[in-house]
Amino acid sequence: MDHSIIQIEKLTKSFPMGKSKFTALYGIDLSFGEGEFAGFIGPSGSGKTTLLNIIGSLDVPTTGNVLVLGNSVGELTAKQAARLRKESLGFIFQSYNLLAVHTVFENVEFPLLLLKYSTSERRNMVMDALAWVGLTDKVKSKPPQLSGGECQRVAIARAMVKRPSLVLADEPTANLDAANSHNILQTMVKLNRDLKTTFLFATHDEKVIGYLRRKVYLLDGKIDKDEVLSN
Amino acid sequence: MKTAIKLAYRNLIGAGLRTWLNVIVLSFSFVVIIWMKGILVGWDRQAKSDMISWEIGDGQYWHKTYDPFDQFTLQDAHAPIPPAFKAGIKNGDMLPVLISQGTIYPEGRMQSVLIKGIDPGQDILNLPTQKLDTTPDIIPAIIGTTMARTSRLKVGDHVTLRWRDANGTFDATEICITNIFKTNVPTVDVSQVWIPLETMQSMLLMPDEATLFTIRDSETTQPASENYKFMPVKTLVADLESMIKTKSVGQSIFYVVLLLLALLAIFDTQVLSIFRRQKEIGTYVALGYTQKQVVWLFTIEGAMHAILAAVVGAIYGIPFLIWQAKTGWALPVETSDYGFAIAETLYPVYSVGLVISTMLIVMLATAIVSYWPSRRIAKMNPTEALRGKLQ
Repeated sequence: MDHSIIQIEKLTKSFPMGKSKFTALYGIDLSFGEGEFAGFIGPSGSGKTTLLNIIGSLDVPTTGNVLVLGNSVGELTAKQAARLRKESLGFIFQSYNLLAVHTVFENVEFPLLLLKYSTSERRNMVMDALAWVGLTDKVKSKPPQLSGGECQRVAIARAMVKRPSLVLADEPTANLDAANSHNILQTMVKLNRDLKTTFLFATHDEKVIGYLRRKVYLLDGKIDKDEVLSN
Repeated sequence: MKTAIKLAYRNLIGAGLRTWLNVIVLSFSFVVIIWMKGILVGWDRQAKSDMISWEIGDGQYWHKTYDPFDQFTLQDAHAPIPPAFKAGIKNGDMLPVLISQGTIYPEGRMQSVLIKGIDPGQDILNLPTQKLDTTPDIIPAIIGTTMARTSRLKVGDHVTLRWRDANGTFDATEICITNIFKTNVPTVDVSQVWIPLETMQSMLLMPDEATLFTIRDSETTQPASENYKFMPVKTLVADLESMIKTKSVGQSIFYVVLLLLALLAIFDTQVLSIFRRQKEIGTYVALGYTQKQVVWLFTIEGAMHAILAAVVGAIYGIPFLIWQAKTGWALPVETSDYGFAIAETLYPVYSVGLVISTMLIVMLATAIVSYWPSRRIAKMNPTEALRGKLQ
């Protein structure tokens, strides 16, 4: 393992449920290094999405400390958290979350607009990202005109276009058939290898699990097993 | 901000028919409001201009007891023409008018009138008073079209006119209608008979007397007089102005309703957007927007309807408004019955201020109704928004 980019210490996350509260994560201690291709594995309700959201600074810990690229997630202001996501994190979602009225090009361009790249830089970077996922011929298409696999590849291009340090993928193959799932995963493995981007998955899909080099099994909000595969 | 505008524009255009429906309704509001306001401004100008050229000139001197709304004052509202006014009258800068009550008997009916004596050779007002110089053996009279209609008098008709002189004695004679003039100013038309001033002065036993004086130019003619007070144009058109203002309030209700309908459509779109686009809102947050920025994005998106509406409105509105300014708006009914100065065709007048103020009002109102529902986004949980969970 190289430099540690994520450090989680005694993380607990609870949600209010009426008068009581529901605890989704109990005392999690974990660390991830640069370039890892790892995933949280577990059944529904095991806390894997919650953990991914906290790492992605979309949510905050109830107790404990989560350091992402040197930023303590619990202490970030809304603006700082947004900046962390904008500059350093990429997200891939189960249902793609593409902007339906925008073209493929515009969807992939979106993170670059936020980072205020020039028009020519944006164009080059978007075309590079679309080349990684093999969609250069679909720049003018809109998401409703694409297949599920193509949509997820657009989502990957959008997550990767700004070359983030960390990509968080929540059930990225849940809506895809086997062929498309393998295709997507191979793309991600290639990007992980070529760009040294860290990939963190939340999944219970066996196809995804097969590609992971580190598997963190969660059960009822606790780490059940942390398996690192040798190269 | 630039990015938000770019994104908002993409979202708006991408939304297709929904956007264009809102934009068309809003653009309609733009055009109608500008047109209606233009009609009011045009009417205001036309009415004032007509009043100036037909009745009040550049101001009037009124006898101190004269009240046009109280005919009882007419008995005393006259006095000898002040010496200070003589020079102005002689060189045609002042026009004396004597007013008295009278009665005419057209076709055996009785009708109360105001008899107005005026110099036939005057050229301060548009009244065709030269027609009072045409029949030396009988008293010539001119009347307006409304008066002609209500009394069923035609040019050439003779009619009995009765009046009371300065001593309170009633007398009567025949007058001949020598001209029927058409005017937009009812206060020189309705129930009025114009006859030569000197004839009237001798009929009423009021030699060299007058009730009021109309002046050509208030800047050069402003002599002082004990019996007469000066009434500037501003005072004389005050009633007209307040009536137009009242009309404008009434009219504004119409375009407030119109604007509200358009804004309601945008408000509805915004509320729907926030419910239907929760995943998108979550995605914006995940990609690096703060929730406040998303609120602004949605607000700009809503407010941009007004900008697009201005563009769309300009496409069909500018030709329409220009065409209206040229051809005018013909009122569908007889305007002389209205009792105030209004032309049969109103020509709208648009000023830059009118267009800009209307646009600003519509844009501000659109921005407010866009912001109002968008504030909800700031309270959303982004992780639930990402899953499209209704909050």
